[in-house]
Amino acid sequence: MADATETRKTPRAKAFDLRRQPGFAAAAWACIIFLYAPIVVLIVFSFNDNRSVVRWTEFSLRWYTEAFANEGIQKATWMSLKVAFVATALATTFATMAALATTRVARFRGQGIVFAIINQPLMIPEIVTAVATLSFFSLIKQATGWQGVGFLMLAHTVFCIPFAFLPIRARLQDMTITLEQAAADLYATPWAAFRRVTLPLMAPGILAGATLAFVVSLDDVIITLMIAGPGETTLPIYILGQIRRGITPEINAVSTLLLGLSLLLVSLTFLLGRKRSRA
Amino acid sequence: MIEISTLTKVFGSGQEAMTALDNVSVTIAENEFFTLLGPSGCGKTTLLRMIAGFELPDTGEIRLDGQPVTHLPPHHRPINTVFQNYALFPHMNVAQNVGFGLEMLGRDRKEIDATVARTLELVRLDHLAGRRIDQLSGGQQQRVALARALAPAPKVLLLDEPLSALDFKLRKEMQSELKRLQLETGITFVFVTHDQEEALTMSDRIAVMSAGKILQIGRPMDIYDRPAARFVADFIGDINFIEGTVTDGGTVATGSGDLAVTAPLPASGTTVTLAIRPEHVMPGAEGPNSLAGTLAERVYFGSGTVLEVDLGATRISCRTGDAPFAEGAPLSVTLPPERLQVLQD
Ligand SMILES: Nc1ncnc2c1ncn2[C@@H]1O[C@H](COP(=O)(O)OP(=O)(O)O)[C@@H](O)[C@H]1O
Ligand SMILES: [Mg+2]
Repeated sequence: MADATETRKTPRAKAFDLRRQPGFAAAAWACIIFLYAPIVVLIVFSFNDNRSVVRWTEFSLRWYTEAFANEGIQKATWMSLKVAFVATALATTFATMAALATTRVARFRGQGIVFAIINQPLMIPEIVTAVATLSFFSLIKQATGWQGVGFLMLAHTVFCIPFAFLPIRARLQDMTITLEQAAADLYATPWAAFRRVTLPLMAPGILAGATLAFVVSLDDVIITLMIAGPGETTLPIYILGQIRRGITPEINAVSTLLLGLSLLLVSLTFLLGRKRSRA
Repeated sequence: MIEISTLTKVFGSGQEAMTALDNVSVTIAENEFFTLLGPSGCGKTTLLRMIAGFELPDTGEIRLDGQPVTHLPPHHRPINTVFQNYALFPHMNVAQNVGFGLEMLGRDRKEIDATVARTLELVRLDHLAGRRIDQLSGGQQQRVALARALAPAPKVLLLDEPLSALDFKLRKEMQSELKRLQLETGITFVFVTHDQEEALTMSDRIAVMSAGKILQIGRPMDIYDRPAARFVADFIGDINFIEGTVTDGGTVATGSGDLAVTAPLPASGTTVTLAIRPEHVMPGAEGPNSLAGTLAERVYFGSGTVLEVDLGATRISCRTGDAPFAEGAPLSVTLPPERLQVLQD
């Protein structure tokens, strides 16, 4: 605090302010427009009462109605949600255990390697993981004769783990281990200390991790494309298939809904997390 | 009550090995306000954590009321801790924090509520029972930590530098508050501090530690007046050291003159260190054990004055009330024989 005041008072120490550099405003606006203009266009034309996605005629909810009535979309949505729920539950559980194991114990040899292993899917190109998983699963399928959506759920679980792991680990690192020791000092068994102190305090991290995992699973194309068997079409795969035959406002409507769901989840997590960390 | 015998703890190994506790033995009595005093890094926290059960000794044993507890996990020891950074549960309010221990002990709701109310009253926080932890000042958090540790009525309360984060005035206030709580509850307090004044004013007994060893255990007066080692004398209060050699005549020859001492002396020819507190040095007086010198410096500090007297071979500081002496003028000092400590090390 004192330092900051000092810097402000000293005339020589006029801090470098990026916002005052020439061209900053233009660059910032360009970024915002490139990021959001396509999304705005997508949303606007999903409400267009016309088959065209480039010429506006009048407002209508027609494409939403059609999307809801479309059996292909229904099935794909259901499949996406099913896979995302299972993958999120499993990935979050594993990530929580991994985060506890890497922060709630004395430093151990090879901790860095464990960290790298957990985060591996973030660093390997997704297409490589996809091909690898495909051939691995083919091997298993051939050897055992097993089939089914379980394979897709498993693949999603795996790439969701690092996304769930990072926020949980960050939260745990911010929490001093003294709190658990204080609980033990006050006669809490290890399980009671976990349930009454560790878990409630890490809950915002778990929530953030789960949301991230859910959104990432919902959104995945490459791995799903490789792994998904017949009848395991998720929403992104369905959209991809439709777009090959040209963009329709119906796809705009579905995409808008998907965007809305992601936004809702992220804001919910943010709000809940803020409330929990204040409590 | 607490018997600690020959505890040793080494952290790390090989080149980085660090002896945090070196053959520490001490017995702490029931109802005692016992203080571990020493500079930072001397092993106070390690010893406290061992009593609480967070650290295992390499060798040695801890007994509580005759029962060995060395390997008992923390939640099975009737011992509570006031942590240095308080470690209050941020997701619980004041009353929930204070009631946590009782809840874990499986007491019923009614008893918990009554005890929490009584304990909050004891630390004068009854009006804040429903507050969130982040709505409290540092001093209030300190009291909650204290109440939380007191509520389950432990046999022993461990306090790790609980006052170091408070400002001077609040610290003074909490010192007498802690003393009062200890007397009222009758719980054995093991208190850790690096502040010698705090230790002297609060403790029944003090263990002075340095580099993982206990150098001296005694009442504050014993430690202050009869330090067993040069480190103890130096760490506690201000003190003058004068090097000398024991003479055939039973005095100590120093560079500034021969000094008589009442304390027993080792054999003639041994080098010893004499130690005397500044407030025991008498300025301006003549007589036996009087040394001639010059007043080098006068420092006024409010309730008195410190005189730095140059004795040629050494310098001696002397604390006095009024000081009608001028800097640079000749000034002799008298070192009363019964006040001179003899240290050998
Ligand atoms: N977990 C640990 N790992 C390694 N060294 C430690 C650990 N805990 C304490 N030490 C070392 O042991 C010594 C004593 O530490 P501590 O008991 O905290 O001292 P104090 O509380 O008196 O300041 C210090 O040198 C410290 O660095
Ligand atoms: Mg310490």
